[in-house]
Amino acid sequence: MVMNYMLSEEEQMMVETARNIAVEKIKPVREHYDEKEEFPWEIVKEFAQADLCGVYIPEEYGGFGKGIMGLVLVVEELCKVDGAIALSLAATALGTLPILLVGNEEQKKRYLPDIASGKKLAAFGLTEASAGSDATGMATTAVKDGDYYVLNGTKCFITNGGDAETYTIFAKTNPSKGARGISCFIVDKGTPGFEFGKKEKKMGIRASSTRELIFKDCKVHKDNLLGKEGHGLMIAQATLDNSRPGVAAQALGIAAGALDEAVDYARKRVQFGQPIASFQGIQHMLADMATEVEAARALLYASARMIDSGTSKRTSKESAMAKLFCSEVAMKVTTNAVQILGGYGYSREYPVEKMMRDAKITTLYEGTSQIQKNEIALNLIKESAAKAK
Amino acid sequence: MKIIVCIKQVPNTTDVQIDANTGRLKREGVESIINPYDEYAIEEGVRLKEKFGGKVTVITMGPQQAESSLREAIARGADEAVLVSDKAFGGSDTLATSYTLSSAIKIIGEYDIILCGKQASDGDTAQVGPAIAEMLNIPHVSCVKKIEVVDDNSIKVERMMEDGYDLIESSFPVLFTVVKEINNPRIPSLKGKMAAKKAVIKTFNVDSIGADTKRIGLSGSPTQVVKIFNPPQRTGGEKFVGEAKDVAANLVKRLSDLGII
Ligand SMILES: Cc1cc2nc3c(=O)[nH]c(=O)nc-3n(C[C@H](O)[C@H](O)[C@H](O)COP(=O)(O)OP(=O)(O)OC[C@H]3O[C@@H](n4cnc5c(N)ncnc54)[C@H](O)[C@@H]3O)c2cc1C
Ligand SMILES: Cc1cc2nc3c(=O)[nH]c(=O)nc-3n(C[C@H](O)[C@H](O)[C@H](O)COP(=O)(O)OP(=O)(O)OC[C@H]3O[C@@H](n4cnc5c(N)ncnc54)[C@H](O)[C@@H]3O)c2cc1C
Repeated sequence: MVMNYMLSEEEQMMVETARNIAVEKIKPVREHYDEKEEFPWEIVKEFAQADLCGVYIPEEYGGFGKGIMGLVLVVEELCKVDGAIALSLAATALGTLPILLVGNEEQKKRYLPDIASGKKLAAFGLTEASAGSDATGMATTAVKDGDYYVLNGTKCFITNGGDAETYTIFAKTNPSKGARGISCFIVDKGTPGFEFGKKEKKMGIRASSTRELIFKDCKVHKDNLLGKEGHGLMIAQATLDNSRPGVAAQALGIAAGALDEAVDYARKRVQFGQPIASFQGIQHMLADMATEVEAARALLYASARMIDSGTSKRTSKESAMAKLFCSEVAMKVTTNAVQILGGYGYSREYPVEKMMRDAKITTLYEGTSQIQKNEIALNLIKESAAKAK
Repeated sequence: MKIIVCIKQVPNTTDVQIDANTGRLKREGVESIINPYDEYAIEEGVRLKEKFGGKVTVITMGPQQAESSLREAIARGADEAVLVSDKAFGGSDTLATSYTLSSAIKIIGEYDIILCGKQASDGDTAQVGPAIAEMLNIPHVSCVKKIEVVDDNSIKVERMMEDGYDLIESSFPVLFTVVKEINNPRIPSLKGKMAAKKAVIKTFNVDSIGADTKRIGLSGSPTQVVKIFNPPQRTGGEKFVGEAKDVAANLVKRLSDLGII
């Protein structure tokens, strides 16, 4: 049985809908998309049709209005079956959050309904070749020219790159000001001067596209500036506070899926004349895995509820904790699932090797585990210093 | 385009157990679902509505609990739902069921297309769809696998046959029974589920459909179930094992000994 997290009727509805899609629509094709590294458009259509694309978007913009918790529940459920296909939706949320958080009314009305309905996907463009963990190292510039900003530079590793229609892009409007010289823009696919570069070949999450975005004298109207000039880094940080639970949910879903596979296999596989599930060595592994998955879920749901309650101005620490813990658990649990399935676990005939490959990304993007720890520690110290005053 | 979809609530299992004493289906403890073929009928109705506008009304005859299937149909995109329910309908055979449903459909009034599943997974007769059409005096096509073209005055469909398909044109109104090849039903959407929760289900009883009481329920059912039983499991048979070449030779010898070949 699963623990009772007092999900509302509508939250249960989202879980059920996501599960139906995962089991009926995704499971039969997950290997195909992993092998072929194709973008899962047929599944995106299913997400759209079932209203899953807008679960976190307020109802006034055509969404289902269920906040970060809604996003978390849907992503977790989808990722139990496949940790990559759900990214079309989860990375769209990452790309959409800057608009949701700081967009003006006109921008929200212009962009959110099409994203909520699943007509358009979004992407988030922060990382560059020499600006990974340290976003302030970015070289992309946006120079004001009349009513326009002219963008030049190259973003790399952008999820949904090439497949999304709407991009939130970070660029330096005032390079001399460092962290305070970065701004955020909405850039539409098809804007002259905006092209796509190479697509990454990856270890896991192969159904998700990861591309370079290339800006060459790309003119973006000033109406597409998000928030104020120079507020870009703050917007990125606020976005990550809200989006990291989404990565945590991806990690949790993958871990929970791997745990199910491992238990099921252990009951059926017979060695030395008995099911391997009867060996204490296997039982203790399964017990640890199950306990870690449940602890991860409890921490994640608590963080998501805290964000949605809006009671705390910043939730950097809690989001980072959820992401750190869930992603490290995902790595441990999927590795052990492969161990429990033995040689079969290593074979592509069983889903756990893919789960292990997919899980690894969650300790890397939207800040590596080291960066999450930096964030948590920084906030601990700040909180303690504030108390000491 | 006004579309009516007839759906039946059935037990969720393909091997329904039969109570040896009463000869009735054992429904206790079995979850109720929409007859699988009817999910395809609902989906096709909703697709027609999305393409041509209009409204999809789902209708079922059954006990009060069949309301849950109607709500699910709304979650799958139907607009309105009618439950035809009355103790007096109990014991209906296919004739009485078809009479009752056709009477209710007359009350609903205008329609261009009526969609049914090919057959119900429990009763399995595949009679109700065609019988409704006869009672309404409208044309029908059974086993439709594709709706080809829709004009103002006519509609072309493909009827599945064992060796290919027939292309059939009909005027409106018309009744189709559909097979699983016709589409791939959607997952109920969140907004659909919310609508289903709030939907007001219309309920018709004997009086409201103005039915002739001699033609409904047990009294309207000429079919008498004498006995229903689980056929005995087939046993054994002869098995030939070994090398393919020897097996083939032995098999041919045995068949010719029996005078079959
Ligand atoms: C598949 C995929 C999809 C991605 N999608 C997106 C996307 O949609 N949008 C986007 O903007 N970016 C995206 N990224 C980029 C991702 O966020 C970065 O890769 C990540 O932030 C790490 O940056 P880096 O790869 O440059 O590593 P580096 O920053 O070079 O880090 C290398 C190592 O050094 C460690 N390290 C760095 N700084 C510190 C420190 N201060 N203390 C301790 N250790 C440190 C790191 O933890 C890591 O182990 C994606 C990446 C991948 C692989
Ligand atoms: C010989 C016989 C005796 C029976 N006796 C009894 C009895 O005593 N008591 C009893 O409760 N049942 C009885 N039944 C069951 C009941 O009559 C049938 O289940 C019912 O008439 C529908 O027939 P079917 O299940 O074969 O549906 P089919 O004709 O196979 O169904 C085809 C399609 O018709 C539509 N449809 C069928 N039934 C309904 C419905 N109720 N509402 C809306 N649409 C519908 C659906 O679209 C369905 O896909 C009997 C059935 C038979 C064959």
